Amino acid sequence: MSAAAPAGAPLLVMREIVKTFPGVRALGGVSFDVVAGEVHALVGENGAGKSTLMKVLAGALQADSGEIEVDGVRVTIDGPKTAERLGIGMIYQEFNLVPDLGVIENVVLGVEPRQGMFLDRRAAAEETSKVLGELGIVLPLDRPARRLSVAEQQLTEIAKCLVRRARLIVMDEPTAALTEREIAALFALIEKLKAQGVAFVYISHRLEELPRIADRVTVLRDGKAVATGTIGEMPQDEVIRLMVGRPLEAHFPDLPPIRPDAPVVLDVRGVSAASGVPVHDVAFQVKAGEIVGLAGLVGAGRTEIVRAIAGADVPTSGEIKVGGERVVIRSPRTAIRAGIALITEDRKAQGLVLGMTVRENTTLAHLQQFVRRELIDKPAETKATNEEIAELRIRTPSSEQTVRNLSGGNQQKVVLAKWLIGHARVFLFDEPTRGIDVGAKAEIYALMVELLKQDAAIVMVSSELPEVIGMSHRVLVVRGGTIRAEFARDDVTPDKVIAVATGAAA
Amino acid sequence: MAQTKAPAAQVKAELDARADAVAAKHRRALIVRIAGAAVSFFVLLYVVNKLAHGAFLEPENLINVLRQITVNTIMAVGQTFVIITAGIDLSVGSLVALAGVVMAQISNALPFGGPGNFVVTLLVGLAVGCAAGWVNAIPVVRLNLPPFITTLAMMQMARGLAFILAHGQPIPLANSTPFDWLGTGYLFPGLFGMPGIPYAVLVMAVVAVVFAIVLGRTAYGRYVLALGGNEEAARLAGIDTGRVKTLVYVISGGCAALAGLLLVARFGSGAPQNGTGYELQAIAAVVVGGTSLMGGRGTIVGTFFGALLIGVLNNVMNLLRVESYTQLIVLGAVILLAVVLDQLRKVYLAAR
Repeated sequence: MSAAAPAGAPLLVMREIVKTFPGVRALGGVSFDVVAGEVHALVGENGAGKSTLMKVLAGALQADSGEIEVDGVRVTIDGPKTAERLGIGMIYQEFNLVPDLGVIENVVLGVEPRQGMFLDRRAAAEETSKVLGELGIVLPLDRPARRLSVAEQQLTEIAKCLVRRARLIVMDEPTAALTEREIAALFALIEKLKAQGVAFVYISHRLEELPRIADRVTVLRDGKAVATGTIGEMPQDEVIRLMVGRPLEAHFPDLPPIRPDAPVVLDVRGVSAASGVPVHDVAFQVKAGEIVGLAGLVGAGRTEIVRAIAGADVPTSGEIKVGGERVVIRSPRTAIRAGIALITEDRKAQGLVLGMTVRENTTLAHLQQFVRRELIDKPAETKATNEEIAELRIRTPSSEQTVRNLSGGNQQKVVLAKWLIGHARVFLFDEPTRGIDVGAKAEIYALMVELLKQDAAIVMVSSELPEVIGMSHRVLVVRGGTIRAEFARDDVTPDKVIAVATGAAA
Repeated sequence: MAQTKAPAAQVKAELDARADAVAAKHRRALIVRIAGAAVSFFVLLYVVNKLAHGAFLEPENLINVLRQITVNTIMAVGQTFVIITAGIDLSVGSLVALAGVVMAQISNALPFGGPGNFVVTLLVGLAVGCAAGWVNAIPVVRLNLPPFITTLAMMQMARGLAFILAHGQPIPLANSTPFDWLGTGYLFPGLFGMPGIPYAVLVMAVVAVVFAIVLGRTAYGRYVLALGGNEEAARLAGIDTGRVKTLVYVISGGCAALAGLLLVARFGSGAPQNGTGYELQAIAAVVVGGTSLMGGRGTIVGTFFGALLIGVLNNVMNLLRVESYTQLIVLGAVILLAVVLDQLRKVYLAAR
C-alpha cells in the first residue's frame, strides 16, 4: 500500500496556493504539507478556506497559482481522476455513495474488475473483503448503501479509498454524526492505517478530539495558514486564539440600546423540531428593538431553530408567543400571519422566484394587500415596489426587471423587500450577508438598525463570528440542536463563543 | 457608503415617474410582438389560401376551423395551468369520455327536458371532471408522487369506467334541443351574409378569456406561476401550495368535462371511446403556445394560438388532400420546430 517515498521528502507539499472566486480571495497563498503515516488536522472557522484547499487537492477546483508536490515530484492535479491516480482519497462530510448499490458495488465503483466486457463480481467481492479483512472490519457486503448506518457508510468510503491504493485520505468532519463508540472504532482504524504508512488530513471543528488523533495541526484563517505545529505545541486555547485572532472589523453600526420598558415580542419555549438537524428544547426571548445572534458551527441546528419558528419546518412541540399571544405554527402562512418573517439562507432556492420580476417577488408574500375585487392592482404593486427599491437602494433599472438578472446583493435586498412590505414584528435573518459584497453588507446592517428603531425583534443566524458579535445585543451559542450558552453584548468574546460551539467548554 | 446618494424619496419619485414609461415600453414590445406574429400569420394564411385555391379563406371554412379547435382549446386551457406548475395531466382525454357518458345518461334519466335538463347535465358533468381532477391531485400533493403517474392511472381508470357505464356503446341523447344549439347552432345566423358564430366557439372564447384573466390578473394565477417557478420559495412566502396545486388539476378536469359536453352536443351521444389521444393534442397546443414544461412560465393567449396553429394546419392539409399519415408527420415536425425555435430564442436572449 505504501510505496516508500524518497527519504526526507514529505508525501504531499502544497506551496503558496492561491484561489480567488469572483469578489472573494478564498486562499491567499496557503502552504501545507503532510508526511507519510501522520494525521494532520486542518482547523479554522467556517469560510477560512479549508474546503477550498482540499478541493484544490482533490482536483475539484483548480488553483490560480501555487505548486503541489507528491513524493517530491511537482504535479498538476487537473481533475479527480488525477488525484485518485496520485493516491489521494477524499471523504466528504456528505458521503458520495450510490444509495441503491451494495457495499461491494460502491467500493469498486469506477474501478470495477472486468472479465472481457463483463463485470467480474467475484473479483470485486474478493478485493473488497481483502481490504476490509486486513483491517478487521465487518460490513454487510450486500446491503444497499441507503440501509447502512452512518458509521458503516463511512467505512465503505474508507474501503473505497483503499481499493484505489490511496496513501493520503482527506476526511471532512468524520465524527460529526458518529456516536462515542463509533468514534473510538474510527480512531483505532486510523491508527492501524497510519502504521501502514497511510496519511490523513483531518478536518474537524471538534477541537477537543484533536489530541486523541492528530499528530500536527494547521490553523487556517481568512484564506491563510496562520500556524502549523505538533499537537503538543498547540493546546486548545491557543488553537482557538489563532482561529479567531483578528480584531473585530469596525464596519458595524452602533446598535441602539434596548429601551428599559421594551416588551418581549418573541417568546420561544421548549421548541423541538425533527427536520434536518433535530432541534430540542429551544427557549429564548427577544424584546422589541433587540437583536439576538445565534452563533454556532455549521450543522449545529441554528437554521433549523429559525425554520421551526417560521413554520418552514413545523415544530413538533413547544410554545411560541408573538407580542404575548400564543401562536400555533402549522405552516409558513400561520407564522407570516402572526408577524414572523424568515429571510432564508439560500435566497436562490428558498427566497426568490428567479424567473419573476422584482415587483412580483416583492409582493409575493403579501399579494392579498394588492387585490381589488379579485384582480391584482398592478399600479399599486409597482408603487409599493418602487418604494422598497428606493428605500433599500436596490440597483435595478425598474420594478419590471427579472430578478435572475440582478447581482447577489441586490437579490438579497429583494428578499428583504418582500418582508418589509408586510407588517412583520419578528425578523429571522439566516446568514443575511452570505456571499454579498461589503457595501451591500453595510446597507443590510443599516436596515437592521432601522428595523430596531421601529420596535422589531430580530434573530440573526450567522457563521461569521465578527458579524454575530458585532451586530447582536445578546449572543446565544447553539450546539447539537439546542442553546448551550448565552452571552451579553459586553461579555461576549470570540474565544468564549468558539469554546462553547466546539464543545470545548460547557 | 458615504457617497452622495439621492434621498430615498427622490429615487422613488423618479422610479414612479418612470413606471409609466416602463409600462408603455412593455406594452409597445408586446404590440410589436403581436403585430409581428399577426403579419407572419396573415402572410402564412395568404400563401396557404393560394395553395388551397382560395378555399381556405372562405368564411365557412374559417368558422369551421374555429369550431374544430374548440374541444382542444378548452382542454389545453386547463392543461396550461397544470403544466405551469411543472405538472402534466394525461387523464383529460379519458375524462372527456367519462364525463360525456355520465352526462348523456343523466340527461336521459331526468324527468324533464329543456334548459333545466341542460343545466343539470352540465353541472353533473363538471362535477365529475372536477372530482377526477381532485383525485388526481391528492397523491401529487400529499405524497409528492409524479403527476405523470397519477394522471396516467386516472387515464386508464376513467376510460374503463366510461366503457362499463356505457356498456361499450355510445349513448344517444333523448332530449336534443339545447344540446343541438351547442353542437351545431349559430349565433346571428345569416348576419352580413355570414354563417354566424357557432355557440361552441362562443363557449371556447368565454373559457379562454375567463382563464386568461384568472392566470394573468388574479392572486391565484400569480401563485400558480410562482409555484411553478420555485415551489419552496412560494411555500415560504406563505402560499398554500397544496391548495394551489390541487386546484390546477380540478381546473384541468373541469375543462375536460366541458370539452366532453361539446362533443356530446355535436354528435348527439356520449361515447366511451371519445377523446382518445386528446390529452397529447392538448399538451401539444400548450407547448407550441410557449408554456414551459419545466414550469413557471406560460400564457392562455399563447395556448390559444398554439391550438389555432395546429387547427389551421389540420384544416389546410385536409383542403390540400394531404394523406392522413403525412399529416401526422407534418404535425410532429411543427411541434418540434415550435419548441426548438422557442429554445433558440431563450438561448439568444440569455446570451445578450
